[in-house]
Order: sequence, then structure tokens, then C-alpha cells
Amino acid sequence: MKRLFATAFALALFALAPASEAQTPPNALVVGQIAEPKSLDPQAVTAVNDFRILVNIYDGLVRYKDGTLEVEPSLAKSWKISDDGKTYTFTLRDGVTFHDGSPFNAEAVKFDFERMLDEKSPYHDTGPFPLAFFFSAVDKVIADDPQTVTFKLKEPYAPFLSNLAYPTGLIVSPEAVKKYGKDFGRHPSGTGAYKFEEWDANSKVVVTKNPDYWDGAPDLDAVIFRPITDANTRIAEMLSGGLDIMVEVPPDSLQQFRSDASFTVQEQAGPHVWFLILNAKEAPFDNKLARQAANYAINKKALVENILQGTADVAAGPTPPAFAWAYDDKLEPYPYDPAKAKELLKEAGYKGEEVTFYVTEGGSGMLDPVAMGTAIQADLEAVGMKVKIETFEWNSFLGKVNPGLEGKAAMAEMAWMTNDPDTLPFLTLRSEAFPDKGGFNSGYYSNPEVDKLLDKARQVTDQAERAKLYKQMQEIVHDDAPWVFVANWKQNAVTRSGVQGFKLQPSFFLMLQHVKKAS
Amino acid sequence: MVPYIAKRLLAAVPVLFGLTIIVFLIMAMIPGDPATAILGSYATPENVEKLNRALGLDKSLPQQYLIWLGNLLQGDLGRSYTLNRPVLDEVLERFSATLILAGAALLICSLAGLLAGIVSAVRQYGWADKIITVLVLVGISTPSFWLGLLLILIFSVSLRWLPVSGMYAIYGGGDLPDLLYHLTLPALTLSAVATGVIARLTRTAMLEVLRQDYIRTARAKGLKESRVIGKHAFKPALVNIVPVIGIQAGFVIGGAVYIETVFQWPGIGSMLVTAISTRDLLLVQGGVLVVAAAYVLFNLVADVVQTLLDPRLR
Repeated sequence: MKRLFATAFALALFALAPASEAQTPPNALVVGQIAEPKSLDPQAVTAVNDFRILVNIYDGLVRYKDGTLEVEPSLAKSWKISDDGKTYTFTLRDGVTFHDGSPFNAEAVKFDFERMLDEKSPYHDTGPFPLAFFFSAVDKVIADDPQTVTFKLKEPYAPFLSNLAYPTGLIVSPEAVKKYGKDFGRHPSGTGAYKFEEWDANSKVVVTKNPDYWDGAPDLDAVIFRPITDANTRIAEMLSGGLDIMVEVPPDSLQQFRSDASFTVQEQAGPHVWFLILNAKEAPFDNKLARQAANYAINKKALVENILQGTADVAAGPTPPAFAWAYDDKLEPYPYDPAKAKELLKEAGYKGEEVTFYVTEGGSGMLDPVAMGTAIQADLEAVGMKVKIETFEWNSFLGKVNPGLEGKAAMAEMAWMTNDPDTLPFLTLRSEAFPDKGGFNSGYYSNPEVDKLLDKARQVTDQAERAKLYKQMQEIVHDDAPWVFVANWKQNAVTRSGVQGFKLQPSFFLMLQHVKKAS
Repeated sequence: MVPYIAKRLLAAVPVLFGLTIIVFLIMAMIPGDPATAILGSYATPENVEKLNRALGLDKSLPQQYLIWLGNLLQGDLGRSYTLNRPVLDEVLERFSATLILAGAALLICSLAGLLAGIVSAVRQYGWADKIITVLVLVGISTPSFWLGLLLILIFSVSLRWLPVSGMYAIYGGGDLPDLLYHLTLPALTLSAVATGVIARLTRTAMLEVLRQDYIRTARAKGLKESRVIGKHAFKPALVNIVPVIGIQAGFVIGGAVYIETVFQWPGIGSMLVTAISTRDLLLVQGGVLVVAAAYVLFNLVADVVQTLLDPRLR
């Protein structure tokens, strides 16, 4: 009876409902997002999920060149860096206007950075701006003339340009900020390829074509971003035709889309590294041999192929290969060699003491941390290391790991996604980055040589010179093995067959300027 | 009746007040804080401290609570750290979506449950009773999120009759038929368990009444069977069923958490889940407060309806 009733109810509704609702609208691209955006103010957000929308509404002074993590001109036509690396002078593109009609110029750039960095700015209270420290090296921003803006830095800081290419450096309309104040994040205005149209909370964000886009108007009339938090639901929407593009497809479902001709699967390695922090302050991992043993003992290929089902590559060192210019491609991952691991453990004097291993249930970039943690535990036990797993929810996990592992655990899972080869090692591998000094070196790795290389790499502005320093750093860190280097995640996306010109980027941003949709 | 209702409403105030303190304490006790959640990988102690200051979280706990309470009394629930918008706007929007979903589910489960229970009782041990009993058992035992995914696979992915998720069409739509169209699957899924519970209870309550002497008398008088069942038996049975429907209303709102996640229904349940994992204290407070107030209200309504139905309780 219940079923009968249910069916009757549903049938009654079909009569009311318009047909073919599940199809996406013509010449509007529907993108499946993993969560509701927090804000569309680029200075106020931290999540890739939000960046995917922002990079289509705003431009920065510079941007990443298609398919790379190298910067190229965007709103700035060109720039000059002083010999001491402390003064950056940008020449701005003329004739560009924000979507609200106000002009883009040097004053706008100055306004934006002062809003974010200067607590005395009248619009600083439109924040908070959690990633403002990306620009903490900036001392002063000077609008020399409408088309020229100069950044004075407190000290030479080589990652400055790639930080400008990051969403935190996107340029917003000062007039819109003044108009909307704290609500600017819901009334965004930039110079990008798409104009903000509508944000229907928890349902969709709609952006429409900017016909006057300085870099060529897009082909699509609109893009609709839909937040769908449950992965299974997202897949069902994709299968039923409710989405044109879906990102972050779970490994289990990739095969299904691959074998279906009406979908195209794309993958792109990004600046991500998944690793185990080893506590280098306490036994057993205070001994380099024991740390190397862990690297030999863990079968990374099996982790990547079986648990992650090919959605990641085996990592060789601390720097992801996506930073092509700074990556040392001579580096080889530690091979899987349990016999050698046993030998090294013996040599290190390890006597089978139990070690504690912090595992998280899930978190940004952590992939499949519980399954991976269990497999790692099994690999280590196979070479005679007794491992006790302690599992925490992501926020609690960060609260445990970030203050340092001393007295608590011998190892912990961790993953980072960054925008410059400087960020991760600088924050996690220097002696000056111990947790009590405000860094993330939770395993207390310390090597003066590495410290020197990383400090120097910030000072020189020549990319080739920087690359050389990073490569030296990678070789030393690879040998010292402060971490077990495990995986580099490949971001994936599925598109419907009519979608053309879509390409994933190593930055993990979703650039939709050149996407077309065949009807 | 009015003084009774007023007394009950007044009694709810300390309950809600105590609840806000408990929520506040629990949120303070669980490890992790909003600044860490926002900053993620970049949560250096220095950055966390700076952000906490910007968010007003550097004050002591009692201070934070008092500020919150003071604002509440002025009708201000604060501003969500993670959504950059007033908590009240978000909570009201989300709660009305939940009310629509839960209301539809409650309507379905009341109608279907009562109908099934009556048929089952009248045809005791007949084939209809057996089929209904089995369906009820299946309905009660099936995890709702699983049932939801199954229905999506059948009706949305394979047959393409109904939408997978959302409350309105993303393009056009926005009217009542569009809402009903999107509401069908989640409401049916959400009502499954409650339908079973109500059907079972109706069956028992009806059977009990049908065994009474006055029913035999009514039948002996030659009254039509439909009148015996509909008027003489059903009305007194309803007195025992209504409070259960009131309790089910609470369960339906609780169960909406899963359904809202599966169907991406923009309700308050899925909001609370996200708010807790991002440690968005003010959003959790606002959400819990509204849900708890609704709970109190539903139970009150159920009690009042029961009193109206049963003269003995007046």
C-alpha cells in the first residue's frame, strides 16, 4: 500500500513537472563543485573550491602560464625587478575596467593591497584576510602614475610573483568594496572573463560572459557552479546529465566514466605532496638510518595503484614534479625493499619498540588517509616495526600535529598543496620553522645546509639560480629522509562529450575562458 | 487552554537557555578552532592568533558567551565566520527548506501510515495485512541514506524521471511545480521509516479499539462497516496515534540530516554538519537553537491536538 501510494504520488507530480529538466541549459556550462563557496572575495578565502570560481571572475597582475606553474603577464603588461630584489615595478594594461564600470588602474591595486595588509585602512574591516601573510614582505605600494605601480618589499622575497598569481593576489574593484563593505564577498566585481550574476545560497553561483574581456570574450554565455557535497550525489548528477563538468571524482568511479564514451576523463598532476612526518627528535627516527628504513619499507607503488587506484604518482622527494622548473628529475623514489629496511633498522639499533602513528580521517588533500595509514602500518610491521595507529578528525588532527610530535608520536600523515616551491620546505623543513618558532616543522628536522639553501633561494630573483638551490635542497632532504615521501596527487575531472577546450591546470584552478559547449 | 500553552512555552525558555550553554561548552571543548579550520595547512600559531583576533575569538569563553547572549536578546545571532553572512539569514533560509522537506515527509508518512495501519487492522491476517507488514518492516529497517541513493539511481539516473538533487531547477523553474518535482524523492525517502512506525502503531491501536464492546454494538445496530471503522473506531484510536506523530516529527527533522546531504537539499541539517566540522560556533549555536525551539513547539502542538481530540484530557 505504501509503495502504491508513493508511486501514485510521484506519478501525480510528473504530470505537473516540466520534462527534460535534468538537461543542462544551452550554452551555459554547469560545474559540479564539492562545497558551497565561503565567499567570492578572493582575499577572504583559502579553499581551492572557492578559487575555482574566483579565477573566472577576477584577474591578477600576473597569472600562471597555461599548463605550468610559471608566471606570465595578466593585468600587468610587464614588470621590472630591482637588483637588490626589493622593488617590483609593474606596467599595467590600459583600458581595462571592472565589471561595475570603474577603471582598473594603479590606485585600484594600491587600494586592494592596503585593504588586505594595512590594519589602518578604512576597509581593512571587510576581512578577515587569512592568507594576507602571503604578502607580508610588502612594505609599501606606490601608485606612480595610473599605469605604473611599485611594490617595495621589506626584504628580497623571490616567491612574490607566484604569490601574486595566487587567488589571494587577484584584483578586486575598490568601488564595489566601498559600496558593499563586509558583504563584498557576495557582490563580487573583478575584471575577469565572466561577470558575477547571481549567488543563490546552497544552490548555485551564476556568472555570465564578459563581452568586453581584455583577453578575448569567452564563447559560453554563462557558467553555473553547483555545490554538491556528497560525492555519490555528484556522480549521479553527472550521470543523469545535470552537470557538464565534475571535479574530484572518487577513484572508484573513474573507471565507470572512462568506459563510457559520453564522458571524457582528464587528469593533471598538481603541486601536491602526501608524506609522513617522522619525529627526528626521538627514537627510533632520530637516526637517519631508521628514517631511510621507513622509506624502503613502505610499498608506495602498491599504495598509489591499489588504494588510490592510479589517482596519484609515487613521490620521490619533498618537491612535487608539477614545479617543473624547480624539480630535480634526477631524484628517484626510494625503492620498495623490505630486506634493506630490516638491515637498516638493525644497524640503527631499533629493538622492536612500539611507535605511535597519527592518522586522520580525512582532510584537505589527504586522499584516503585511513586506508593508506593501515597499509603503511602493515608494511612497517612486515619489517619488524610495531606501529600503533591513533586516528583523529581533521581539525583535531591538525591540533595534535602542528604543535609538534615530541612526546606524542613517531610519525604522522600530512599533505600540502602550494603555489611556489619555496612554501612547503620553507615552512616545514627549516630549523627556524620548529613549531615553537611558528613554523610547521613538526618532526624537528634540522640541517644547516638546507637552512642556508632555502634562505638563499628567497633572496635571488633569477629563476635558474633559484632552481639550482632547490635542486640541491631536494637531494639533501631525500637522503636525510625527514619524511617518508609517498604520493603526488593527480587532480581529475570528468566532462560531458559536448564540452570542448577544457583543460585541467597544475595549479588546480579551473580556467574556463576558452571552454566551448556543443549543443 | 491558553494559560496551558503559555506555561509550556515559558517552561521552554530555561531549556533553550541551558542548551545554548551546553552547545557553547561542547564546541569549546572539542579540539581544533575556527581559525585552524579556515587556515588549514597555513595555520601557524602566529596566523591563528591574528585570525582569532580578527574573529573576536581571543576573548575569554564567558565573555564570548555573554556577548553572544547580549546580541541574541537584540535579535542578532552574529555573523558566520565561514560563510561571511549573518547567521540569522542563513539559519532562517536553511530552516525553511528543512520545514518544507520535513513537512512533506510528515504529510506522506501520516497519510500513508494511517491508511496502511487501518487496512492492516481491518484485514488482520489477510493478504493485505501480510504485504503491509512486510513493507513496513522493510521501510523501518532500510537506512534512509541508502534508500535515497537507490531511488536516485532508479528514478533519476536510469529512468530520468526526477531530478537528482537540489530544491529548484538551476535554470528557470523556481515555482511550486518545480519545488514539488524536486521534493518528491527526498520527501519519500525521509518518510519511509516514519511511515512504517505510524502504520505499525495505527494497526495496534485500531485492533485494540475494534475489540471493544461498543464496536460490536455499532455493528449489531446495522451501521455501515465504513462508518464503524471511520468514525467509531478510528477517532478514539487517533488519540493514541497523534503523540507518536508528534514524536516522529522530531525524528523526521533529525533524519533530514542524511537526506539533505544525499539530495543536496539546502536544509539546516546539512548546514549543521558543515558548521560543526568547520567549528563555526555561531552558526552551530543559531542552528541548534532554532531546531530545539521547533522541537519544543512540535511536541506542544501534538499535546494540544491530543487534548482537543480527547475530552477526558481537558
